[in-house]
Amino acid sequence: MDYSNFIIMNHELSLVVVLVALLLADLFGKNKRIFQFFAMGLFLVHTVLGFTHWNIGEASAFSGMYVTSEIHVLVKNILNIGTLIVFIFAFYWNENKNKNQVGEFYFLTLSTLLGMYFMVSAEHFLLFYIGLETASIPMATLVAFNKNKKESAEAAAKYILTAAFSSAVMLFGISLMYGACGSLYYGDILIKFQSTPLHIMALIFMFAGIGFKISLVPFHLWTADTYEGAPTSVTAYLSVISKGAAAFALLCIMIKAFANYPGTWQTFLWWIIVITITIGNLFALRQKNMKRFLAFSSISQAGYIMLGVIAGTPQGMAAMVYYVFIYLFTNLAAFGVISAIENKSDKLTMDDYNGLYSTNPKLSFVMMLAMFSLGGIPPFAGFFSKFFIFAAAAEQGQYLLVFIALLNTIISLCYYLWVVKAMFINKSENPIPTFNSDNMTKIGLIICTVAMIILGFISPIYDKIIAISFGM
Amino acid sequence: MSIPVEYYLIVSTLLFFIGVYGFVVRKNLISILMSIELMLNAVSINFVAFNRFVYPEHLEGYMYSLFVIVVAAAETAVAISIIINVYRKMKNIDTKSINELKN
Repeated sequence: MDYSNFIIMNHELSLVVVLVALLLADLFGKNKRIFQFFAMGLFLVHTVLGFTHWNIGEASAFSGMYVTSEIHVLVKNILNIGTLIVFIFAFYWNENKNKNQVGEFYFLTLSTLLGMYFMVSAEHFLLFYIGLETASIPMATLVAFNKNKKESAEAAAKYILTAAFSSAVMLFGISLMYGACGSLYYGDILIKFQSTPLHIMALIFMFAGIGFKISLVPFHLWTADTYEGAPTSVTAYLSVISKGAAAFALLCIMIKAFANYPGTWQTFLWWIIVITITIGNLFALRQKNMKRFLAFSSISQAGYIMLGVIAGTPQGMAAMVYYVFIYLFTNLAAFGVISAIENKSDKLTMDDYNGLYSTNPKLSFVMMLAMFSLGGIPPFAGFFSKFFIFAAAAEQGQYLLVFIALLNTIISLCYYLWVVKAMFINKSENPIPTFNSDNMTKIGLIICTVAMIILGFISPIYDKIIAISFGM
Repeated sequence: MSIPVEYYLIVSTLLFFIGVYGFVVRKNLISILMSIELMLNAVSINFVAFNRFVYPEHLEGYMYSLFVIVVAAAETAVAISIIINVYRKMKNIDTKSINELKN
């Protein structure tokens, strides 16, 4: 066997090293606080090292099952940054409410990250499937992490059963695809795919499994319950990292395997985007629990991310990666504020946020920025990412779709501003008392705030992404 | 004379949709898990049948079905441990009674 294949898998190898080191440290280390700093430091090194992997260029390994290129490296780096921020926000929770399972938290989170790497880099449906399962099985255990809470167990049961069901549906599609094409390499399917009923049925079955990971609408039913029941740090991870990785993997599959017949999948993707954005928004309007509210908001954001997939051009890919990059900071800022408040006062409904500005002005300021950015109000980063993704879809002639998405942006502004109104205008007899967040949460919130304000103005980022993107 | 591939596909499709039916109508979490196993087995039959009758020159389908079996085992292990956790918390594994997370 040729071991040189492993050399191009820089990200995966260094993550495996981190995983093994964490296992050993968890086994022998007694002090949980030192362990946490060790884990975060190690992962920080891994993240920084990730930026040195640009020079690999395009390469493939294991007879073409695994591919890497600059855009893959970039996506993995984005996932790394997101995971690091999730770790920063989880620090206080780990130290105080999750004392006995700190090692497991880091280990399982990083295992799902490894699965996502494989999913992103796959060029064959076998590696893609293994990556998807490596990402979703440890995720179920993470959702079940609050062992003495009913909600957590229920959320995990819903998650794992829906995950298993949808991956079975996806496998059925893949098996039909194998029967129809005789190979499972994306490149071979590209050549042999035709517009016959068997091929199209295989494609639709397969799409269901990925749609579950991104929580597109017909497959979104688990989202709200799982997001609400899971620990807040895990919810943040689920809503950003896992979604971004799956969306990029879906885009790669569509471009590499089905580019010859875009009509077949763009038609149903069109309808899925419309109902995803609309239903996500309409359900978000009536939510009172902040985590449920962000769950539905993240469903509609997934619809916006899919606009990049339906475009399928290099601009579409660049806009999608950029959207995920901005969405990461924005959504994690919102979850950071929610988990800071939950850690100190166990309050989670929107009514509890009434009058937050009078007691905790800094936190409500960060939350306001996050809401403005999620809604796409101009000077903030969320506006630029929405602008690019709409432009990419409009360039392909999807005017009606972009128009519907724009209408939905207005609906979404309504509920994003409700949160702002609750914090700044509504009065409350017993608002959440003033408290000081711990230093780690402060660092995380500062990173997210700075990113939300200035990232949109740094145009070299988008230029760099579009220079390395590919499309149909 | 061997059985043609269509018959295998009929069996696997039936098995798959029996699984889907069970997933939808069953109320017991363990039964739901069993239905999912049926679906995964249907997938394995599909892979093996296609490999044997349509593309006998490669081993891709056999390999894929092996991986499906292994991953299904891992998934079942995690799912059962979560179901046990649910049982400890609620003393019940009926889907009707698991509804803490609703407004």
